[in-house]
Amino acid sequence: MVLELQKPRPIWQIMFSTHHTDVGLLYLITSLGFLFLGGALALAIRAELFLPGAQIIGDAMTFNRIFTVHGTTLIFLFIIPFASAVGNYYVPIMVRYKDMAYPKLNAIAFWMIPPGGALIWLGFADFTWYATPPYSIISAPGPAADMWIFGLKILGISSVLGAINFIVTILKCKHPDMSIGQVPLLAWSFLSSSLIILVAIPTFAAALLMLLTDRLGVSGFFNPAMGGDPIAYAHLFWFTFHPEVYVLVIPAIGMMYEIIPRFSRKPIYSYNSGVFAFVLLSIVGFSSWAHHMYATGMSFTEKTVFMVGTLAAVPASAMHVFNFVATMWNGRIKFLTPMMWSVGGIALFFSAGAGGVANAAMPLDFTTHDTYWVVGHFHLFVMGTIAFGSIGFLYYMFPYVTGRMYNETMGKIHFIMSFVGTVLVFFTQHVLGLYGMPRRIFDYPPIPEWIAMNQIATVGAMIIGVSMAIFLANMIYSSARGKPANTEDPFGVGGKYYYPFEAKNPSH
Amino acid sequence: MGGHSNWPEWIYIGVVVALMVWVGAEAWEAERLVEHSPEDAETIIVTGQQWFWTFEHEDGTKETGELHVEVGKAYKFEIHSKDVNHSFNIHDYVVLMDAIPGRVNTVWFAPTDAGEHDIQCREYCGLIHYNMRGKLIVEDPSS
Repeated sequence: MVLELQKPRPIWQIMFSTHHTDVGLLYLITSLGFLFLGGALALAIRAELFLPGAQIIGDAMTFNRIFTVHGTTLIFLFIIPFASAVGNYYVPIMVRYKDMAYPKLNAIAFWMIPPGGALIWLGFADFTWYATPPYSIISAPGPAADMWIFGLKILGISSVLGAINFIVTILKCKHPDMSIGQVPLLAWSFLSSSLIILVAIPTFAAALLMLLTDRLGVSGFFNPAMGGDPIAYAHLFWFTFHPEVYVLVIPAIGMMYEIIPRFSRKPIYSYNSGVFAFVLLSIVGFSSWAHHMYATGMSFTEKTVFMVGTLAAVPASAMHVFNFVATMWNGRIKFLTPMMWSVGGIALFFSAGAGGVANAAMPLDFTTHDTYWVVGHFHLFVMGTIAFGSIGFLYYMFPYVTGRMYNETMGKIHFIMSFVGTVLVFFTQHVLGLYGMPRRIFDYPPIPEWIAMNQIATVGAMIIGVSMAIFLANMIYSSARGKPANTEDPFGVGGKYYYPFEAKNPSH
Repeated sequence: MGGHSNWPEWIYIGVVVALMVWVGAEAWEAERLVEHSPEDAETIIVTGQQWFWTFEHEDGTKETGELHVEVGKAYKFEIHSKDVNHSFNIHDYVVLMDAIPGRVNTVWFAPTDAGEHDIQCREYCGLIHYNMRGKLIVEDPSS
């Protein structure tokens, strides 16, 4: 890919390519496009909540549509495709194979994303990313709701195809001289998250079809008026989407495993414990789904079981944090942009995890459930951990993708502003939740504490917004005009890198 | 593990596991205590619908949007929904329970001081979810 901008090819050659770095580039650009679209919706939400009463969004319906599409976009159209981009660039090289195992399937998996995204954006549904029945069956306006269902269906199939490809590439196509115990941790993270996808996604795929036929009125799986049960949907949904949290976070942790030892100029503290923690998380991740449902009227026994299942996942996450800190310990750390994002991401990962323990404890959950605490909590994962890990990795792969260096000062400013903004928005939202503000509300009563904390959060969000504009300018300018990178060692930290641009591309 | 000793990691994991066991045990104990409503609790039937709350006392009196209760008594809410999912919430008393059509969920509380508290819906239920609010008025019969 390094040659892309120096020796341009017609765009259709990239679009119709099945080579892993070309598909990776398509994933990368698509996911970044949706990052900015989804982020713009977040700024609209924060601007609206700056004060009670209608501010910039005229009515509640538009507001509800905006937060629904915001969440759906950033989870399914930014985080997942971004991870696929990184996987496409690095996994074949890390296992020393010429391409993904099934190159055509790989391209098909990517090309399902634009139609899926178009259905979600053109429909603009309002029933939250959780599409909760019976609201989604009897009340949510069509065709937006139906388009969302079809869009998610397509994106789900795309994820499953991608997962199959990663699993086969890693397990069956790795170089014969390489044992599974020598596969780098980044590739291990794709193996674990792909296995979770294969087990988790089909459940939601089934639930989506049931939701669709319920909406058409030909079935009543989740419709109490026809003898169905909305709680059944909640179980099916969370059986997929609690493990999905690990699908999202594990590749980001894998990216940190690539960056942190390199910039600490030390080998990873314990490769084995990294692998063990990935595998453990992908198993234990399936034992906690109903902790999202304590308030639906579960029995004491059910709540206890899922609390234990949730707490059981904590030591595995904590092992990663330990591994990162122990790797940095006594290292000759070079704090360039990718390293700053990774270290910031670990700090926020730790905070998010600590908040998660409070949610899992049954009596505390009744204070925090469905308040802004939860919004702050999961955003520390999706923004603080996953987006931080991903953006750090984007800076890290930038010289390999473009052959040029990004502007280091702008990269650092981007990090500092985003970190400050993230802390302002999401730590404040935790406290706002303790004051009782429900999530997903368009307007709120003029309670002084609520107003103050919403204003802090909005200011934080605007700081992130400005930093993202700097990021965009840096990426566009540097990929065209940045100073040429030393692709042997772009960060001056020595050691052996993985070079995506050296992958043999038949089109070159 | 790479030839070096790994005991700091084992100690660390031990500490994390011990912390989780402690959190779990405390939570289990607290939840066990609040799970069972007192025998003499008065029942109030709470019904959520788009987008307001109605309440029916044991003596048959009905209220909409406002709920009057007395200090020192225990109340058990039986929570119903007429249309979609809602969540009945009195944040000041940590009362939170989903209203789900086709199910009856219960939760109890005992107000301690006279005063007014907000009632709100905490599960997304559509257009006016943000304003599905009510007032809890706790009265002191002795004053």
